[in-house]
Amino acid sequence: MKKILILGGGTGGAIVANLLARKLTEEEADITVVSANKRHYYQPGWLYVPFGKQDTRKLSKPVRSLLHKRVKLITERVVALDTERQCVLLPDEQPVKYDFLVIATGSFPVAEDVPGLAEGGHHFYTQEAACRLYNALQEFRGGRVVIGVGGLPYKCPPAPLEFTLLLDEFLAEQGARKRSRITYAFPISRVFPIESVANFAQPLLDQRDIQTELFFNLQEVRPKDRVALSLEGTELNYDLLVMIPPHRGASFLQGHPIADDKGWVKTDRATLQVTGHDNLWALGDATDLPISKAGSTAHFEAPIVVERVAAAVRGNAPDPKHAQYAGHVMCFVETGYGKATMLDFDYSHPPEPKEPNAIAHYLKWAFNKAYWQLVPTGVV
Amino acid sequence: MPAINITKESDARGSFCPGPQMELIRLVRAAKVGDVLAVLSRDEGSRKDIPAWIAKAKHELVGMDPFEDATRFICRKTH
Repeated sequence: MKKILILGGGTGGAIVANLLARKLTEEEADITVVSANKRHYYQPGWLYVPFGKQDTRKLSKPVRSLLHKRVKLITERVVALDTERQCVLLPDEQPVKYDFLVIATGSFPVAEDVPGLAEGGHHFYTQEAACRLYNALQEFRGGRVVIGVGGLPYKCPPAPLEFTLLLDEFLAEQGARKRSRITYAFPISRVFPIESVANFAQPLLDQRDIQTELFFNLQEVRPKDRVALSLEGTELNYDLLVMIPPHRGASFLQGHPIADDKGWVKTDRATLQVTGHDNLWALGDATDLPISKAGSTAHFEAPIVVERVAAAVRGNAPDPKHAQYAGHVMCFVETGYGKATMLDFDYSHPPEPKEPNAIAHYLKWAFNKAYWQLVPTGVV
Repeated sequence: MPAINITKESDARGSFCPGPQMELIRLVRAAKVGDVLAVLSRDEGSRKDIPAWIAKAKHELVGMDPFEDATRFICRKTH
């Protein structure tokens, strides 16, 4: 019997574990998930928390409750990975051996990587931060709001744009919009990486009197002066700063030979195999691939990892129909006032988003609710 | 022309989001001064966008070379 170890109990880890448990027999494989968290968080829901439109209690469930009964769960942080001895170490230095390893340890915002950002800025990329921003917005009576990207990479690329459009609506509802100046700052030459999205987002921002500051890559925040500075030399004054911190991979991966200094695992863009290791795969935010760090990415990558791990366990070649990741990502973009659009693309097909509409908004809400039954379980 | 030693390269072909421009910025920000970073892009817009950011951020555009179905954008981190 082969030992399969899956690091991470988030979207990617849960789907891979559950699909493998259905695909392989008990005689073929022993499947264990190591999760640093007892709970699995539905992170896209944090976008709505600052506006009081989402109950945080509905955004997490115990990891155990989402896993197939055959999957073992260890709730511990991994402190080291030894690819020579084929084991990971837990805090008590107990080794957990594997024959095949799947890395799905996600990504984490690290505000401390930008001077002054932790003290001066808000974000909504953890439950705690989203709740703090909710409190700040409850007290906000108007002023200069600067929203932007505090460093690269960050997960869910549309989220800062969505937050900006939702904030405009929220401040209007609160009667504070006329007393506020909103600035949306973005690192590149347009308001969103995908040109077709930028082409509808820029007029939306203009119509709502939202200023844009392009080529803004945050260098430093000076909380006492309430100013955010970019490496391109721009200074933005603020009363409320919402800047998404740069992210890193899991601590044990930072500087590990299979990853870079920030902990991004060197991964083949088609096979999802870890570079130079036949028995290691990575998926979701943990990889170094220049694609969206999002649950959707992990969701579409998982079947490829499952096919490849199952084939390796059986000593077969993987089924070519399911053995290559084609870069598929699908996500929704909220544009406020009950509208949204949907992006669906892969390495060969750019997204062709429709104009924001109410149907996409309701689809996103329906998906947010149906997630627990459909996604971690591997039903879809 | 002497060969350019690329410190780190990323294949961003078909990366619509976050895209090649954002990927190059990520590489430059994580690099040391003097490092040479490269991204592969098939995006037509990159030919305008990437040099524009490199100029704005006062780094050095070392080259835009055809590579298979894409362009290799090469940038030296200068500060």
